[in-house]
Amino acid sequence: MSATLTMSGARIERSALSSAWFRIGPVLTVLAVVLLVWYGAAIWLNAAQVIERVLSDRPGWTFTELARLTLSMDRPVLPAPHQIALDLYDSVFGWPLDSPRNLLYHAAVTSSATLLGFVMGTALGAVLAVAIVHSRTLERSLFPWVIASQTIPVLAIAPIVIVILGSMGMTGTFPKAIISMYLCFFPVAVAMVKGLRSPGILELELLHTYAASKSHTFWKLRVPASLPFLFPSLRVAIAAGLVGAIVGELPTGAQAGLGARLLTGSYYGNTVQIWSALVMSALLGLFLTGCVALAERWLTPGGKR
Amino acid sequence: MSATPPATVEVQNVSVVYPSAENTVTALDRVSLDIREGEFISLIGPSGCGKTTLLRVIADLEQVSSGTVRVNGLSSRDARLARAYGYVFQAPALFPWRTVLANVRLPLEIHGLSPEKSRAIAMEQLERVGLTGFEGKYPWQLSGGMQQRVSIARALGFEPKLLMMDEPFGALDEITRDRLNEQLLRLWEREKRTVVFVTHSIPEAVFLSSRIVVMSPRPGRIVDVIESGLPADRTLDVRDTPEFTAIAHRVRVALQEGHA
Repeated sequence: MSATLTMSGARIERSALSSAWFRIGPVLTVLAVVLLVWYGAAIWLNAAQVIERVLSDRPGWTFTELARLTLSMDRPVLPAPHQIALDLYDSVFGWPLDSPRNLLYHAAVTSSATLLGFVMGTALGAVLAVAIVHSRTLERSLFPWVIASQTIPVLAIAPIVIVILGSMGMTGTFPKAIISMYLCFFPVAVAMVKGLRSPGILELELLHTYAASKSHTFWKLRVPASLPFLFPSLRVAIAAGLVGAIVGELPTGAQAGLGARLLTGSYYGNTVQIWSALVMSALLGLFLTGCVALAERWLTPGGKR
Repeated sequence: MSATPPATVEVQNVSVVYPSAENTVTALDRVSLDIREGEFISLIGPSGCGKTTLLRVIADLEQVSSGTVRVNGLSSRDARLARAYGYVFQAPALFPWRTVLANVRLPLEIHGLSPEKSRAIAMEQLERVGLTGFEGKYPWQLSGGMQQRVSIARALGFEPKLLMMDEPFGALDEITRDRLNEQLLRLWEREKRTVVFVTHSIPEAVFLSSRIVVMSPRPGRIVDVIESGLPADRTLDVRDTPEFTAIAHRVRVALQEGHA
């Protein structure tokens, strides 16, 4: 009796283990491959410098020496993953949260601009979409501008916005949020137009038989029908908004933010700092899109459709 | 019998023409039909005969080219604005983001009922179509037959005197269809609402109707109106009786003549 119990217990444990492996196994496999390629590339790219500066004095060097030296340089062409990880760890845990040496401080600065821009961009995109859906004239006059706005490189427009808003006395978070908004509103507007138009003839006729008003049709049909279109676009928007905020931090000479870290890193040729700021912004992007995905679960009832 | 009950729906000389450059389609050609209160009318005919168009004209979902339609003495538009009828479409047309209960509450919300009242009515309607216990489910969790029952409950919620149904069971399997037919008949027998029912199934039309309107295509017109004398409390077994077969035969003959 107890033998069968333990056996079935073991079986359950094993199946739980295999399902866990099924979930994270592929991700871990890809990670392992990426790390392997990365280390290979780091040795290869840094080899020339190491050979020229150090190993040329020591004839008869081995590959082990080469690998050790290439993976522990101060300013490598390509830092090794563990160097970046160490730098990240030092920065996050080695300094107080409000210190400019702490990457979390910079992440907070950048994400406040991103979030403000995201909120403004989403609002702008939604308002544009509602206007476009309700008026043919507005569709014809607005839509080409909406699309044209996205063909201007953000790198070109960011300094202009910063300079103009700076001359009006606005500095800090707000100008960066404007650039972030500039990238955010587009996916939201396009998706909302599609979503608000997604209800079919049948649904519209159903409301017609109820003698429903325009506002009923809008709030009870068009808006809920647009949510499955809206949320994927919000995920795109917040990632684009993060890029916008980082780009917005570059031309200010940037005292704070992940963009500033990237810039100072490249001034001083501190490649490890550049890379750890990059990794931090990637993690921040993942975190922000994860938050949007969570909001989607909360706000779109009905489960799978 | 007493005097004829007042006409709920009067259709007079109604034509619906879709003009086009190549060939003008006459969906309805000078159709006249009176539907009295408490009748169960079936519109039957092959596809393209205008049976759905006629229903849509009555419901103000389609405009007439000529002729007049009056519902409860009002124009079809005013009748729609007065929320005179419930309409059941071919597809359930449930909103996937709403639960079963919230779907049934939709017209009640639009008509401005208080949340408590609309909830109570919706629960009652769900009970009538046998869906108590499913109110918290989402449409995709229900079978096709159950979804169509939800849409019937939704149409009945605001107690319309007139119920219009456009091939509501067309997409369902025969067994489900038979069961829903019987439930619909019981509902009609109990509440004596006026029902206008579009179908292309002869047994369904004969089983459900007090009058069967046979239509024919190109141009869409009424070829025959057949009174059915079957008892009101009939069950599915009635389909094996000679009376049923005789009426079905008359419908079939009318359909064939219309086609010739």
